[in-house]
Amino acid sequence: MKEKPDVLQGTLALMVLKTLDVLGPQHGWGIARRIEQISGDLLAVNQGTLYPLLLKLEHEGSIASEWGASENNRRARFYRLTGPGRKQLQAETREWEQTAAIIARFFKVRAEDLT
Amino acid sequence: MRSLRRFLTRLWNFATGRSVDPHLQEEIAGHLAFLAEENLHAGMSPAEARRQAALKLGSAVAIREDHHAEQSLPLIENLFFDLRYAVRMLLKSPGFSFIAIATMALGIGATTAIYSVIDATLLHPLPYPNPTELIHVRDDLPGIDSRDVGVSIPEWRDLESSGIFQSVAIAGHGANVNLTGGAQPERLGFKAVTPNYFAVLGVGAQLGRTFDPQDATPGYNLEAVMSDGLWRREFAADPQIIGKTLRLDNDAYQIVGVMPRGFRDQGSTSEEQNVELWLGAGYAGLPFQAPQRGLRLNRAVIARLKPGLSVAAAQAHLDALVESLKKEYPKEYPAQTAWTARLIPLSESVVGNVRQSLILLFGAVGLVLLISCVNVANLLLARASTRGREIAVRQALGAQRTRLIRQFLAESVLLFLLGGIAGFAILFFTRKFLLQLVPESLPHLNEISIHWGVLVFALAISLVAGVVFGLAPAWLMSRFDLIGTIRQDGRGSSGSRERSRARQVLVISELALSLVLMVAAGLLLRSFWDLFTVQPGFNPDRVMAIQTWLPGPNDPSADVYRSATQESILLREILRRSRSLPGVENAAVGDVAALPLGHSRPGGLPLVREGIEMTDNEAPVIDSPIVSPEYFQLLGMPLLRGRVFSDQDLESTPRVAVINQTAARTYWPNQDPLSKRVRLRLDGREVLTGAEPPWTTIVGVIADARTESLADASIPQIYRSVYQHPAKDLAIILRGQLDPSAISAQMRAQIQSIDPELPVFHAETLDDVLASSLSVRRFSMEMVAFFAATALLLAGLGIYGTISYLVNEQRREIAIRLALGAQRGNILKMVLRRGLGLAAAGAALGVAGAIIVSHLMAGLLFGVSPTDLPTFAGVTLVLTIVALVASCIPALRAVRLDPNAILYSE
Repeated sequence: MKEKPDVLQGTLALMVLKTLDVLGPQHGWGIARRIEQISGDLLAVNQGTLYPLLLKLEHEGSIASEWGASENNRRARFYRLTGPGRKQLQAETREWEQTAAIIARFFKVRAEDLT
Repeated sequence: MRSLRRFLTRLWNFATGRSVDPHLQEEIAGHLAFLAEENLHAGMSPAEARRQAALKLGSAVAIREDHHAEQSLPLIENLFFDLRYAVRMLLKSPGFSFIAIATMALGIGATTAIYSVIDATLLHPLPYPNPTELIHVRDDLPGIDSRDVGVSIPEWRDLESSGIFQSVAIAGHGANVNLTGGAQPERLGFKAVTPNYFAVLGVGAQLGRTFDPQDATPGYNLEAVMSDGLWRREFAADPQIIGKTLRLDNDAYQIVGVMPRGFRDQGSTSEEQNVELWLGAGYAGLPFQAPQRGLRLNRAVIARLKPGLSVAAAQAHLDALVESLKKEYPKEYPAQTAWTARLIPLSESVVGNVRQSLILLFGAVGLVLLISCVNVANLLLARASTRGREIAVRQALGAQRTRLIRQFLAESVLLFLLGGIAGFAILFFTRKFLLQLVPESLPHLNEISIHWGVLVFALAISLVAGVVFGLAPAWLMSRFDLIGTIRQDGRGSSGSRERSRARQVLVISELALSLVLMVAAGLLLRSFWDLFTVQPGFNPDRVMAIQTWLPGPNDPSADVYRSATQESILLREILRRSRSLPGVENAAVGDVAALPLGHSRPGGLPLVREGIEMTDNEAPVIDSPIVSPEYFQLLGMPLLRGRVFSDQDLESTPRVAVINQTAARTYWPNQDPLSKRVRLRLDGREVLTGAEPPWTTIVGVIADARTESLADASIPQIYRSVYQHPAKDLAIILRGQLDPSAISAQMRAQIQSIDPELPVFHAETLDDVLASSLSVRRFSMEMVAFFAATALLLAGLGIYGTISYLVNEQRREIAIRLALGAQRGNILKMVLRRGLGLAAAGAALGVAGAIIVSHLMAGLLFGVSPTDLPTFAGVTLVLTIVALVASCIPALRAVRLDPNAILYSE
């Protein structure tokens, strides 16, 4: 099995959850396009890695899926955020913000501030 | 929580075999279509749009694989694949599989069998609640070399109030009592116990109640508790039994309770475990002697420690108590006796002397298991050479080494587990037959059972053995030289040299282990044979013993056999009638202590010699059987000096005694013991009058006989005459052409025509007694011998397999040598040398191991030194011969090789 960096995996999962939170139910391609739009390179290639991740999130109960018709009337699988998924997103968002704030403060510090 | 949910969903998917792959493919197709459409809008050609879309999505196969891995549990899935493959491989070579499984079935079955015995005896010996709190208090007088002298009543009270124990109970040794009133007077095994006995053990009655622990009746409280077995046998499980009266030794006891089924008395002898009746007694009033601090009778004291108190801490408290008692009563505890009280966990004292034998057996069977594991590992390695191509092909196709190892491990674990299951199944279905082989004198025989715990044990050792002994072959098998193997089909590839070295190491260890077992078996066999053929000092041929019990009512004045004179009328009549029975040539009578080897060791009596000032407490204790005058002649125990008893030694004439040579040597060294006088005190078998016992004169010395134990010739004995000292537990000893099946009824008719209330029981020949006294030894000797034979067979197979393999591997070399004109004798020698080399290495290692093991088991040996040269030499010789024979077959095959055929074929 290919080893993927944990950070990337975790980030990707968070992005998926946030996308579903913002856009509401989406099919895989829609999620991929959205993430590509916002994050640029991260999903420029290998958009397919999204699918095992979606399955994992579904196994964990954070998202649910059902088949429906897409905007151009193709059959597609739509994913939506569940209650536990929303809670998870909130918790992880808070964690991320905290972590980011701490890291940001570290980066701001200059040598003279420490004396 | 989330990961648990994920795991459960995956497990569910795995179990149901649910696949979502078609859905995924549809999703991927949709995704691609969207991407392509987008690209078309961006102005690409249709072909380019599809290409770019596919690039952006990534490899569909990889996605599907990852998706599938997420969908299910790949680890378990692979395990199942491996197992399925392993089953296929085992089915493909049924001969190999059968031999491997049968070997493991033997090893694991035997180990499990011994484990089930140990499980019942050593591991769960106490069927009481909180068994670790139960301990045995043992008094020793090391200063005068007396052990387990018993506890006096004041000492018992001190223990009760010491604060170390929740409760302390006295349990008399097992004894007999006559139950009369039924069709036949019956002798029952009973124990007089203090009323708190059942409270200490923590077991209640199934019907009625046990004794009131607070009951302080000084003598017998005339209450009886009976076992479930007795209740069913004698009283047809009468639910109204409580409150009824039992006539025991002419006293009326009220039945207060019936113990639950499965409750049995603690105690190491079968005699004690067959106790069916418990009588409550305070041990302080009639028929017991008045309590005195120095008056120790041979009683077992069991106690329950305060909760949470360790045995070591309790022992420290007890030591302090002993010290303060010694200061308080210096007269009762003379310094030279060095009185000590020891706490022994009940679990240890109950199992007693069979522990060593059982540990030996477990060790032996462990070696057999080890050898069978090594043998199977060897077989696995041997098969590796034939599977070289398969392994190489799989490696070439990209199988990782860890994956291969896992695969081989699955195979070996499967083999071992199948072997374990087969072994357990055989054990389970032959358990009735196997239990018959276990000697009856083994404690807890009835508790031995093949239950779930034993199955778990069998599976666990199969699994562990499978992993441990599968790992090395798996490691070596996965190290094939890929190119070389594919090119030349495993011949002479670099991996095979390592494997052949590993196989040689395995065979050497097999040989060494079996040598250790054979030495152990040889030494045990020699010990057993020496014991079996030892001159016992008495002649057991054509001798039978039959027991009876004279009632001893609690009120001594109600006893019709109170004095020796009263009893002698009965005894003389019994002897007269016995001699008139067909075939009887001679008859004698004695107490149970006089019955050679047929009794548990009686408590000794303090021996006070005239002219040597001593209190009873400091006097050495000595065994003192009571016999009738004919006893020595009947058993063929030669008189060395003086005379034996005569019919004129009566209660009214001076007391006389006969001692054995060891007693003479021990107590009157370099003196003439004849007409020396002694006092024997504290005899529980006589009603104490309180007066100083009269002097007893020694009138004769007989030769030493092994009447206590065949292994011990020199235990001092002082014999007294039954016409001077009444005895309750009588054995009638007969010599002649007797019919063991008829004698019981004949004797019963004779004895009961004199006194219909006397029970007659336990008729046995002395030869049987002798044999059963050796039964545990015989059992362990036979088992170890069986294990050793198995080990030798396995080792022989191992060396045969290895040499065959070497010959097969070197067949080209041999063929070239033959083609170049080598003598066939030289080829034979060359191959045999390999076998002998292995045997020599194995023997050297084995002898070293055997010396260690034989010293560990020195306690089980008799008359043979742990480094007995003939045993070691003989065993090494046998091993060498087996190794030679086993290598001869492949050696002869090597000699018959046709060089032309081999050199052309390859």
